Amino acid sequence: MEAMYIYIGLAAVFGLFMAWGIGANDVANAMAASVGSKALTIKQAIVVAAIFEFLGAVLAGGEVTSTIRKGIVDSNLMSGEPELLIYGMLAALLAAGTWLLIASKNGWPVSTTHSIVGATVGFAAVGIGIDAVQWNTVGSIVMSWVISPLTAGFIAYFLYQSVQWLILRHEDPVARARRYVPVYIFLAAFTVTLVTILKGLKHVGLDLSIEDSYLLAFVLAIVIAIIGAFFIQRIEPDRNAEKSQHFHTVERIFGVLMIITACAMAFAHGSNDVANAIGPLSAVISVAQTGMVSAKSSVSIWVLVLGGVGIVVGLATYGRHVIATVGTKITQLTPSRGFAAEVAASTTIVIASGTGMPISTTHTLIGAVLGVGLARGIDAIDLRVVSRVLVSWVVTIPAGAVLAILFFFLFRAVLP
Amino acid sequence: MANVLANIFGSSPVKPLEKHINIVYRCAKQLHGFFVASIDGDWNKAMTFRDEIARLEHSADDVKKQIRLSLPKSLFMPVPREDLLELLLVQDKIANRTKDVSGLVIGRKLQIPSQIADQFLEFVDRNIDAAKQARKSVRELDELFTAGFRGAEVDLVSGLIEELDQIETDTDDKQAALRGALFEIEKSLNPIDAIFMYQVIELTGEIADMAERVGRRLELLLSH
Repeated sequence: MEAMYIYIGLAAVFGLFMAWGIGANDVANAMAASVGSKALTIKQAIVVAAIFEFLGAVLAGGEVTSTIRKGIVDSNLMSGEPELLIYGMLAALLAAGTWLLIASKNGWPVSTTHSIVGATVGFAAVGIGIDAVQWNTVGSIVMSWVISPLTAGFIAYFLYQSVQWLILRHEDPVARARRYVPVYIFLAAFTVTLVTILKGLKHVGLDLSIEDSYLLAFVLAIVIAIIGAFFIQRIEPDRNAEKSQHFHTVERIFGVLMIITACAMAFAHGSNDVANAIGPLSAVISVAQTGMVSAKSSVSIWVLVLGGVGIVVGLATYGRHVIATVGTKITQLTPSRGFAAEVAASTTIVIASGTGMPISTTHTLIGAVLGVGLARGIDAIDLRVVSRVLVSWVVTIPAGAVLAILFFFLFRAVLP
Repeated sequence: MANVLANIFGSSPVKPLEKHINIVYRCAKQLHGFFVASIDGDWNKAMTFRDEIARLEHSADDVKKQIRLSLPKSLFMPVPREDLLELLLVQDKIANRTKDVSGLVIGRKLQIPSQIADQFLEFVDRNIDAAKQARKSVRELDELFTAGFRGAEVDLVSGLIEELDQIETDTDDKQAALRGALFEIEKSLNPIDAIFMYQVIELTGEIADMAERVGRRLELLLSH
């Protein structure tokens, strides 16, 4: 059984490296708008991101993790040779990590999620057999990659339209912002707490009925909205700054909302992306420990904690610089626009996390930004970059798959 | 990789357009000092104003080029790219006319006759007012973008453009009166100077015309 320790050790190293990479690079997309609009300082953003990424990973990351762990590969086919699954999952982790390194060296906008799913499908289809892939699940995952940016774009479009209708197009936008922004805070807080309660509390041993869950989420959201409203009332208009920009105070009021949406984004990101790192890891662990392929056991919480810690370490060591860089580049995403994009994206992502769909948080956020743009909210969007995103979206899957197949055969030949 | 989000934002043309009209207005404003000096016959002083005008016109050109380069066709914007480029073009023409008229005067050391000097300076100032009002209107661009070109902000800008039109009409009236006054005294002038004097009045009046066209261009944006 000594080989098993090697497998677990390798998987933990690869998985932690993935988690570190996610924390270092991807978290920035979730936090940058709040930092860029000065709603949060970098230090505050790091603290918020660390807390909520971790909570998201531990409380709501279980469903997606189990999809990656056992939803894509049909483990029944491998009950005779459990080590095949171990080689495969190690290969998938290494392939996704390698591809991400190649892509970031060349500046290609690829998604961690797409890499890991492509790699998992690749090793299963070629290394084990075409029937080893649960094509139904893979089909719905790919569908969710199309649907999630669209949904986020749709929600963002209507949210920003509502901001324009309710607040920005009136004579007294400041008074109107004071009235309506708490409602937006309530909406943002309600969706995120609801999904957490419905999906997350089981992990920590609490089991509430549906009605109680809704009630609890409602009460929590009201409390958060009242706290937000308190801070909003204390914002004094700055007459001087308003001479050059009439919406200065309005944007500061939306800044309060950006703090809430930053929490929601970090939570949503943690809940979905932790699985990319620890889904394969937990598959290796469960096979290695029991010596057989079992689809029964659920994701152990300490693995989720490990993933959460990896993300936070990546954030603290490297991610802070990326947040600062991205933050200065997206100043077009002012609080009134940024909140619409972030509420739309985080809602879409937590729902996907709840249903176990591994989606790309970055692509979802881009969909949301395009939605705000369609509502005439963004000064200029570069469509060339959007099309590059689409291309890398398509290329990543075969690239991840090919690399995973190579690593799979390598491991099968080399590892005991 | 992480910069995908940052890169989907093209560079916004809004602040650069506001910066451009600021330079253009500062350029047009120099005409007052320039003509006061030239009427006094202080050509050294007039020359320093002329240099400042040329410098500002040049820097407006630089900003114009930068804006054009940062507005590729692949940008998706709430208003058509062509309309923004047209706006930029007429903004720039305010500075061009300023440079033309100052060049004409300095080249011929053309002195405005003392009989019509006060009336002429008033006419120049009114043209500068038009440029100032154009600047005030263009400065609302970022608020227009935020509000999605609808609602209270649109009414505000429409009001500013209306004022701009009134100023331009006023310069037209002053221009006609000035030509009349020049006609009265033209026999006493050097004939060639008299011809160029008419041209100076014409070119100066075009500053307000261009300012008014800035208003028209903005109005087109409002109707989107």
